[in-house]
Amino acid sequence: MATSYAPRTGLGALSVSIPTPVWLIGTTLLALLAIYFIGIDQGAVSVFGSDMHVHEFVHDGRHFLGFPCH
Amino acid sequence: MEKRIIGRGVLLGALGGLLAFVFSRILAEPIIDRAIDYETGRDDAQMALDRAAGKPMMDMGTELFTRGQQANAGFSFALIVFGAAMGALFAVVYYLALRRSGKITPRSLALLVSGGMFLTLYVVPSLKYPANPPAIGHHETTKPRTALYLGMIVISVVALVAAVWLGRKLAARLDNWTAVIVAAASFTVVMAVVMLVLPSLGQLSANRREYGDFATETPQPLQDPSGVIVYPGFPADDLYHFRLYSFAAQAILWLVIGVGFAWLAPRLRADRASEAAPVAA
Ligand SMILES: [Zn+2]
Repeated sequence: MATSYAPRTGLGALSVSIPTPVWLIGTTLLALLAIYFIGIDQGAVSVFGSDMHVHEFVHDGRHFLGFPCH
Repeated sequence: MEKRIIGRGVLLGALGGLLAFVFSRILAEPIIDRAIDYETGRDDAQMALDRAAGKPMMDMGTELFTRGQQANAGFSFALIVFGAAMGALFAVVYYLALRRSGKITPRSLALLVSGGMFLTLYVVPSLKYPANPPAIGHHETTKPRTALYLGMIVISVVALVAAVWLGRKLAARLDNWTAVIVAAASFTVVMAVVMLVLPSLGQLSANRREYGDFATETPQPLQDPSGVIVYPGFPADDLYHFRLYSFAAQAILWLVIGVGFAWLAPRLRADRASEAAPVAA
């Protein structure tokens, strides 16, 4: 397994190109934002203050996906 | 290549979320409805007790969406968007893992990454803090419960990454099999200790003060001042099945993502070869 750290041919070249980190970081942030709105917003914290529309709309999913609610 | 992997991750995740929704709409939605009926009935019984005791009434708030909207549009939206987001996260992890996967084939790696994400993002956290239907969960503990749940997810992810790192270090010295066993055992021991150390939800200070010494927030039977039960505790079978279906729905999501990517893996490789290094491949 020690030899397995050697990067594959071709992929080493990819890792130095700039667009990749941008896409990976952008995708990660967007995904976390989506999960935040489905699972957490308007529970422990809220970006819209006292409004409860997001919470109520995704309420069944929030409970079912395992996020704390109520 | 990363754009293709991400695009496929989002699509497979959304598909997984859609299938999880169909499963859940049929099996879990009746339980959610019963849980809400239980909650309403319990609130009524509590109000009757409070009125008899001369306590102030609490405001129930207005309904923003009908149950039909929540159970169909809202539920499907939540599961599909959640699935797409998890598919996107999978794609990022898979892309990074592909570059250091060593002898593991892209197909096996897809199954390993999806299994690892299912384990750390849902299975392990839910062992300590399982999913709860409506009617279970006290308003006053929402913040600590959310912090504990998210904390469990972060700790699980960090512990699994550390275990993988440990396994690879050991594999250089021991044989692969022993290294995997030691790494898995380390992860299990670390997470067992974390679960022992973190509080159970019923033992949060607000719950201790308000409700007494219980392990969970599951509603106990409601008693009148003379100790007669005027409303039952939450039905155990509904709780069990809600959690079972919650587990199954997440398993469906991660299975679709993992098997879908394993299916596509040879083609992703071909894409990669043609894009990056046509000669070397
Ligand atoms: Zn709720």
